[in-house]
Amino acid sequence: MSATMTSGTVPGPAKDERVSRSLGRRRNLSNLVVKTLCIIATVIGLALLASILFTLLYRGLGGLSLTVFTTSTLPPGSNGGLLNAIIGSLIQTLLGAAIGTPIGLMVGTYLAEYATGSVVGNAVRFVSDVLLSAPSILIGLFVYELAVSPFGGFSGFAGCLALAVIVIPIVVRTTEDMLRLIPSTLREAVIGLGAPKWKMIVLVCYRAARQGIATGILLAVARIAGETAPLLFTSLGNLNWSLSLGKPMASLPVTIYQYAGSAFSDWVQLAWVGALLITFGVLAINIAARLLLRGAK
Amino acid sequence: MSATATSPGSGPSFSSVKGHGAATMNAARLAIRDLDFFYGDHRALKTINLDLPERQVTGMIGPSGCGKSTLLRVLNRMYDLYPGQRATGQVMMDEVNIIDSKVDVNSLRARIGMVFQKPTPFPMTVSENIAFGVKLHEKLSKSAMEERIEWSLTRAALWGEVKDRLHSSAMGLSGGQQQRLCIARTIAVRPEVILLDEPTSALDPISTLKIEELIDELKHDFTIAIVTHNMQQAARCADQVAFFYLGEMVECAPAVQIFTAPKQKRTQEYVTGRFG
Repeated sequence: MSATMTSGTVPGPAKDERVSRSLGRRRNLSNLVVKTLCIIATVIGLALLASILFTLLYRGLGGLSLTVFTTSTLPPGSNGGLLNAIIGSLIQTLLGAAIGTPIGLMVGTYLAEYATGSVVGNAVRFVSDVLLSAPSILIGLFVYELAVSPFGGFSGFAGCLALAVIVIPIVVRTTEDMLRLIPSTLREAVIGLGAPKWKMIVLVCYRAARQGIATGILLAVARIAGETAPLLFTSLGNLNWSLSLGKPMASLPVTIYQYAGSAFSDWVQLAWVGALLITFGVLAINIAARLLLRGAK
Repeated sequence: MSATATSPGSGPSFSSVKGHGAATMNAARLAIRDLDFFYGDHRALKTINLDLPERQVTGMIGPSGCGKSTLLRVLNRMYDLYPGQRATGQVMMDEVNIIDSKVDVNSLRARIGMVFQKPTPFPMTVSENIAFGVKLHEKLSKSAMEERIEWSLTRAALWGEVKDRLHSSAMGLSGGQQQRLCIARTIAVRPEVILLDEPTSALDPISTLKIEELIDELKHDFTIAIVTHNMQQAARCADQVAFFYLGEMVECAPAVQIFTAPKQKRTQEYVTGRFG
């Protein structure tokens, strides 16, 4: 220790070397404790995730065969597949995203470009954030009152609507966040050329934020692909092959829900296969979203 | 170019002032009269009176926060974007007060272009960057558009460097090239006035030199106002220089006079580096 540090008035390490050494020991110890706790927490989290994936692979891979993709759900013991559920899930997910995305995109644009700091904007943002964390079963019930009970029955279209309602707040949030990342200098440069605001948004801002916005849409698709609760009250599920949006429609999550709790071993096996398919589908979408975002940077 | 201009931003010498800027000023293209500007309640510009002479360069200098950039942003109504900002007074261009709310800002901005501190290429190709602004105001055939793109890039001293990569992304250009692209994009609209807000502060010395040479060249066709923190740059580029301090315009005179025989004490203290 230098002379100036021990001379008294200068701030710095404790004058008494014993005090400073015990202080150092205590800090090293707390550092070690925090680090150990963090590592334990990480191990627990990863172990749970790995065990889910491992169990899925272990139980699901055994039942994976071509008939899963070529045959619809059949009564127990008759070697059925999941074709109607897979197609139903694809239809409802894609249509739900197709309905929800434009609405979410426009609301996000409104919040980022037109309503900065306004009372209405803050209210819309708050409502959207509440919707983002709303239990999805509530959304199912809401759409049930809106599109199922007035029209006298469950339908694939009602399922699409419920999923669209889930998509909207996700796309709103990512669109707004991504548009806000665009520096004001870029906006001013567009405006400075004499461009009206809508051209600035559509021709430049969307282009500058396109990867981020696309990532948000993909994440929304991944989220609704695995939703069960909103579909229970809307598209209900259908054990037969049906492409009609006006009738109940099968979906993977609802089929898993029905099969997994059944007493028939072949149905339970198919539930595992369905879970495996959804999990890896969602995983693939998430990886795609990450790659897209990395491309943006 | 004189000897000092080859090393932009270096040395305390104002020798390049001599015989470079014009001694007499042309008729005003923009006449600013009793202009006040407010950010909310804060009065950022106080009764500004200033002429921007046609086809000459007006340099605006002064310490940070003195209002020089604010003045530039008034001239093409950029402040319209932000609620709470307002200007009172007159900025006359062809007998029209351009800060009047009845003036169509989009066509005004086509006549008064602006280049910013940081290069702001749009996320599209080099030629699309140029065409973007032109398409806002004119309908050109494909060949006329190509001609316009080549013309503006040539005027911005960039054509030689980008003629083989017109269709690749403008984000891949260097900082100096991006800034010249922004200048090309601005002049492609064929404005009458060009506002430059510290156009070289984010650039290296070589790029700075290129842009300063460009300004010298452009003033044959355009009326130019440039905000700069670099007094050598003001000395090298400007015909007349206006010194701002705390929202007031302290003095405006031909560049030679500002740097060699300023009338105001505060101007002298600033240009000799006593404060700021």
